[in-house]
Amino acid sequence: MNKDEPILKVNNLHVTFSTYGGTVQAVRGVDFHLNKGETLAIVGESGCGKSVTSNAIMRLIPDPPGKITAGNIYFKGVDLTKLSEKKMRAIRGVDISMIFQDPMTALNPTLTIGTQLTEGLRQHQKVSKEKAIEKAIDIMEVVGIPNPKERLKQYPHQFSGGMRQRIVIAMALICEPELLIADEPTTALDVTIQAQILELFETIQKATGVSIILITHDLGVVAKIADRIAVMYAGKIIETGNNRDIFYQPQHPYTKGLLNSVPRLDLAGEKLEPIEGTPPDLFSPPKGCPFAARCPYVMEVCNKVFPVQTEYTDSHHVNCWLQDERAKSLLATIANE
Amino acid sequence: MLRYTLKRLLVMLITLWIIITLTFVLMVSIPGSPFNSEQSSNETVQANLEKHYNLDKPYVVQYLLYIKSLATFDFGPSISQPNQTVNDLLGRGFPISFELGIVTIIVAVISGIILGILAALRHNGIIDYIAMGIAVLGISIPNFILATLLIQKLAVDWELLPVATWAGPEYMVLPVIALATGPMAIIARLTRSTMLDVLTQDYIKMARAKGLSPWKIIFKHALRNALMPVVTIMGTLLAGILTGTFVIEKIFAIPGMGKYFVESINHRDYPVIMGTTVFYSAFLIIMLFLVDIVYGLLDPRIKVHQKDGE
Repeated sequence: MNKDEPILKVNNLHVTFSTYGGTVQAVRGVDFHLNKGETLAIVGESGCGKSVTSNAIMRLIPDPPGKITAGNIYFKGVDLTKLSEKKMRAIRGVDISMIFQDPMTALNPTLTIGTQLTEGLRQHQKVSKEKAIEKAIDIMEVVGIPNPKERLKQYPHQFSGGMRQRIVIAMALICEPELLIADEPTTALDVTIQAQILELFETIQKATGVSIILITHDLGVVAKIADRIAVMYAGKIIETGNNRDIFYQPQHPYTKGLLNSVPRLDLAGEKLEPIEGTPPDLFSPPKGCPFAARCPYVMEVCNKVFPVQTEYTDSHHVNCWLQDERAKSLLATIANE
Repeated sequence: MLRYTLKRLLVMLITLWIIITLTFVLMVSIPGSPFNSEQSSNETVQANLEKHYNLDKPYVVQYLLYIKSLATFDFGPSISQPNQTVNDLLGRGFPISFELGIVTIIVAVISGIILGILAALRHNGIIDYIAMGIAVLGISIPNFILATLLIQKLAVDWELLPVATWAGPEYMVLPVIALATGPMAIIARLTRSTMLDVLTQDYIKMARAKGLSPWKIIFKHALRNALMPVVTIMGTLLAGILTGTFVIEKIFAIPGMGKYFVESINHRDYPVIMGTTVFYSAFLIIMLFLVDIVYGLLDPRIKVHQKDGE
């Protein structure tokens, strides 16, 4: 594998869910990559497919009803979508780990912290119980849990929310993964604890060089720790760029709308601007740009064709006809047909 | 824990005392007496007999005398079988009933849980439908009907198993099936629904994300949580199996406690009525206590012992 090659490359990923009401197209052709040691944030509102994307990488989409219908997920050059369940099990928790949103429910209430921390290690690396406990104590110290030795014997209900999230992070890190997927890791936590957990991510990344995919709808979190940002809407990625690109020069009207709808303390008295309308129905997603119905700058072409990707700068890509001079000529060809 | 156990013990004793008192009151309020039957029509003989068994004394005195003898675990003599004490009857009948009951519970719990897990794992699949079909049949067919059917088919028509009595392991098969099917069905349905709920929990997803094998996820992570409601209804099921043995023992002519229990009421054999009732109640109360202990072992969030002063 080439050194500069991204650790993770997702090509044209499609995920659907069959329900009684029809087929939901949750993810509709997502492309992105993640470089080694980098933090990529995938942002978007509820239901845009960001969690489904992360579950697809782990191959944790319940099948049925979910299914990866097209696309490839290359992890270090291996296509995860083609692996058998058994081979995938050897990757989960070892090479790719996942952190869940709600630490109150992510831990099994009937097993001790020690058991839950060490079981992954013991399953994958076949180490002795003593060695596993030693490692668990080390990792608990890394994630900032005092008295790890005593805490190992305790049960989840004896921990506070923030401490539980630290345990969940420790569980994800114990096999020293190369890729960490954090699905809204701070959403269920108090604001003060949120900051601590985010700092913990930064410390861990510095120490281990782990690559992180951060799934969130909280732009404050993103601004703090992401290197690159991918904005997702209705199952598609509509804008990607560096942290600075997205926050200072957002190009897509949706991204601008997202940023405008963040409450800001420095602009006291300013009215908060929500994005009007609701996301499209993913049972029958629109043919054109999914944001067209809510977009203040909508053009005729937007409703007809999904915008091709425009390279605004080398690092900053956007799918919006406003950025594409071909929009006009394309509309003319459609009209002629 | 010790404090809790002592407290529970006291509550259990009080419960038992209430049961004794109620049974006594109900028993003496049924019309008739042990000596009403035709063979002892002689009034002097009857009076002497009543004197012998203290039945001539006021009810309060009889009650107190009974409590006194119970305190030494003496259940008194049997009136209809004068050469035996109630302790003799219990000593002979209980081990057989206990064996039948215990085997039934083990069979019901194990098969019910397996059936429930299979149904949950193949949710809405063919195995699920078959398992739940069995469960619905098990709940709706009364055990005495099932027992008769089993005897007719397996024992009489096909001659695979003995028809009745209690003389070895093969004699156990039919009564255990008849008695275990109902509880098994209830356990299977309960295990299925809680298992389905547990399997969608985040900690199961977390366990999968750790790369654990499906086997480990089901038995280590899911089952333990799914069993809580099953433990809860164990108390009720135990009571059901206990009373179910009366009928089943009668059908299969098993010389367990059920026979004495039913006959004692027909004969107004007061000490046997009291003895069997008290003994069964005590047994059930102890079993319920054990169920509570198991609760705490399965789920660490449930502490059986409370803080002082509560």
